[in-house]
Amino acid sequence: MHKKTLVAAAVGLGLISLSACGTSETKSSSADSKTVTLVSHDSWAVSKSVLDDFEKQSGYKVHVLKDGDAGQAVNKAILTKDNPQGDVFFGVDNTLLSRALDNGLFESYTAKGLDKVGAAYQLDQAQHRVTPVDYGDICVNYDKAYFGKHKLTPPQSFADLAKPEYKNLLVTENAATSSPGLGFLLGSAAQFGDQGWQDYWKKLKANGVKVVDGWEQAYYQEFSGSSEGRKAGGDRPLVVSYASSPPAEVIYAKKRPSTAPTGVANGTCFRQIEFAGLLSNAKNPKGAKAFIDFLVSREFQEDMPLNMYVYPVLKGAKVPAEFTAYGPAAQHPETMAPGKIAANRDQWVKSWTSLVLK
Amino acid sequence: MALPVAFFALFFAWPVAAIVARGLKVDGAWQFGRITDVLTQPDIRHVLWFTTWQALASTALTLLLALPAAHVFARLDFPGKQLLRAVVTVPFVLPTVVVGTAFLALVGRGGLLDEVGGVRLDTTVWAILLAHVFFNYAVVVRTVGGLWAQLDPRQEEAARMLGASPFHAWRKVTLPALAPAVAAAALMVFLFTFTSFGVVQILGGPAFSTLEVEIYRQTSEVFDLSTAAVLTLVQFVAVGAILAVHAWTVRRRETPLRLVASEVTARRPRGAGQWALLAGVLATIALLLVLPLAVLVRRSLDAPGFGYYRALMNADGGTFLVAPIHAVWTSLQYAVAATVIAVVIGGLAAAALARRDAGRLVRGFDALLMLPLGVSAVTVGFGFLIALDKPPLDLRQSWILVPLAQALVGAPFVVRTMLPVLRAVDGRLREAAAVLGASPWRVWREVDLPLVRRALLVAAGFAFAVSLGEFGATVFIARPDNPTLPVAVARLLSRPGDLNYGQAMALSTILMVVCAAALLILERLRTDRTGEF
Repeated sequence: MHKKTLVAAAVGLGLISLSACGTSETKSSSADSKTVTLVSHDSWAVSKSVLDDFEKQSGYKVHVLKDGDAGQAVNKAILTKDNPQGDVFFGVDNTLLSRALDNGLFESYTAKGLDKVGAAYQLDQAQHRVTPVDYGDICVNYDKAYFGKHKLTPPQSFADLAKPEYKNLLVTENAATSSPGLGFLLGSAAQFGDQGWQDYWKKLKANGVKVVDGWEQAYYQEFSGSSEGRKAGGDRPLVVSYASSPPAEVIYAKKRPSTAPTGVANGTCFRQIEFAGLLSNAKNPKGAKAFIDFLVSREFQEDMPLNMYVYPVLKGAKVPAEFTAYGPAAQHPETMAPGKIAANRDQWVKSWTSLVLK
Repeated sequence: MALPVAFFALFFAWPVAAIVARGLKVDGAWQFGRITDVLTQPDIRHVLWFTTWQALASTALTLLLALPAAHVFARLDFPGKQLLRAVVTVPFVLPTVVVGTAFLALVGRGGLLDEVGGVRLDTTVWAILLAHVFFNYAVVVRTVGGLWAQLDPRQEEAARMLGASPFHAWRKVTLPALAPAVAAAALMVFLFTFTSFGVVQILGGPAFSTLEVEIYRQTSEVFDLSTAAVLTLVQFVAVGAILAVHAWTVRRRETPLRLVASEVTARRPRGAGQWALLAGVLATIALLLVLPLAVLVRRSLDAPGFGYYRALMNADGGTFLVAPIHAVWTSLQYAVAATVIAVVIGGLAAAALARRDAGRLVRGFDALLMLPLGVSAVTVGFGFLIALDKPPLDLRQSWILVPLAQALVGAPFVVRTMLPVLRAVDGRLREAAAVLGASPWRVWREVDLPLVRRALLVAAGFAFAVSLGEFGATVFIARPDNPTLPVAVARLLSRPGDLNYGQAMALSTILMVVCAAALLILERLRTDRTGEF
């Protein structure tokens, strides 16, 4: 290594720092008590004006870190729990909750205004280590045009999907890698019991269920009800998606249709609840608490649906008209205790894989 | 040499070691028993087998289809050559999500093949192989073509004068000279396809699973770090073995070559044979590379009056706090930073490796530098998280982490493209310069640099392209909310609704154009007078 080369290297590294001048440099916030750092998954979204309001009222600057999909974000938070990347975590759902709690990811905190949050969503009543923020339903969506054309009633329940008139119509996602795919499997396990779900899936398989890898493919390639799926020649009028997908179909249509092109099969839903929590060893616990209060405030709860396509947990929070008109939340969704999910999930996914994919 | 070693140790070896140790150490004791536990599972064995054979098949197919193109780009002159060279590199930078979608338009239901011949290849292994060719075509064209363009055609002509048939002359004269570059290209393609993730998932369907997918699942979904650690080690061993074979085959072939300026070696096609070759290569490129890209562009234009593009200009507050178009700027900044890092690190490493007196240790480092291509992004991302978490190196929230991770992938490219050329520089030139009193630095500047400038630019182009399209590390590293292009595309695609899908296609088109433009500019940067001797 010659001295001259070192000089060249130094020049190169200098260039790097120069090229960085343009980036919005966000300083590491750990030591700064005026900043609160939120760690979340990639789907986190909020209107700028609403976040600005929080910053104005609380005096904290919010720094957001996105850390991959929901599973990754939770796992990374657990790995770094002794020296966390932020103060508050949003986005752990009921399928991952036990893993987070058992690993001591969160400290107890009772949010201001928690009394106005539906008790059904509070899955850690005893200790309040997590605060519910939103919920959503994973449900089968159907293509209205197809069922209208074929004079066929859309399926309404898990059991319907295995009936001969719906042969070769359903596409779902890989339960091992996709969150709606897993939700649909858990929903069937909640409905048919620990043993019964395997028989159910055998029937589904015999009835020609198609499994693709991820939601994007199922919805945009195989499903005949989405505008893109139609263009791609999708020929499956039933897809595992979300209760909030039909409103999104309407809101993001090129020309707004008068009714949604897709509907939700109400008896095929599995409920997901998302939580936020104060990270153990947070550098700014006060800021984190203020942010959790903000997450269950009316302003945030009413802003949330059109940003993340989920439903508010706050009683009396207004839901956008499109949601009530085209995709109301499911009436009687399947649910499952987080502890039970944690205990069985890996084994079920394994059995499901060998049963359905092999 | 010290700088590349330090860089590699700090940003690759240490994080990966940290995450593997986390998985295999329980209460301070190594659990090596886990290794046999994992490896005796039939599922895992099946995954290993599939991963290996599809990578071998993909590599063979890519070489078969792309080597003629390398020849055409190196030896023939035709209008639009530079543009086409940039175009074939575009697939390489597209996010796999987008490629999968585009490719389905070719091999999927209602796709071109379906309409023409009623053939559907999606959810078959053929779709995976073709998509791998689509991705890696440029790797072969650029690494092999770069050297080929500078080989002196007169040597082959001399052989012809002495009575050898064209094929015979090529086999005896040109091929041996090209061997190191071909081997390097094959190695890169193999590593890429061996660790393929998105392509296998989207086009193969859930029935096909590679080692990379399994590591991702164990880390992200199951959170079984010990199984993930074992699989990472397995990947290490496999990649290490490949590198060893590669080093062994190349070492006996590298000889100084007479390099000439690439401008003088390309000629207009002459004779039916050359025209036919050119036509064949162009047809392949049109079908395999341009068509899927064209499908993307067409879909992005589906809304009247560039509606999707206009939608990119406004922040909808929800999905993005800034307008999606802002991602272009973010991506470019990362790409510039990553390119500079990769070229500095890779260039220094290549210079050290090219010296004839390079010892065994240095040569070993050559192989090590390639390892980042063969380790899954999720492993590196998680490793960063637990290794780089203490001051003065708490980089977890720093933007520099993203270009650093991208440079890890880019640097091997730089080394691979520069090394064959550097090693081909005749040492006697350097000695002559030194004898005449030039300092080592001046020797490098006056002798090596003019000869390798072209390779350097090709390498920089690669590093830039890698960074622009890189998705894995960018996703696995926690980052403040300013998405890069591929991340923004994925985010748009993950929501229902026509407008989101259209914007994703529009943004992908912008990504293609930005990439092609950047590569074209790099091509232009070449001074017209490469060293004359």
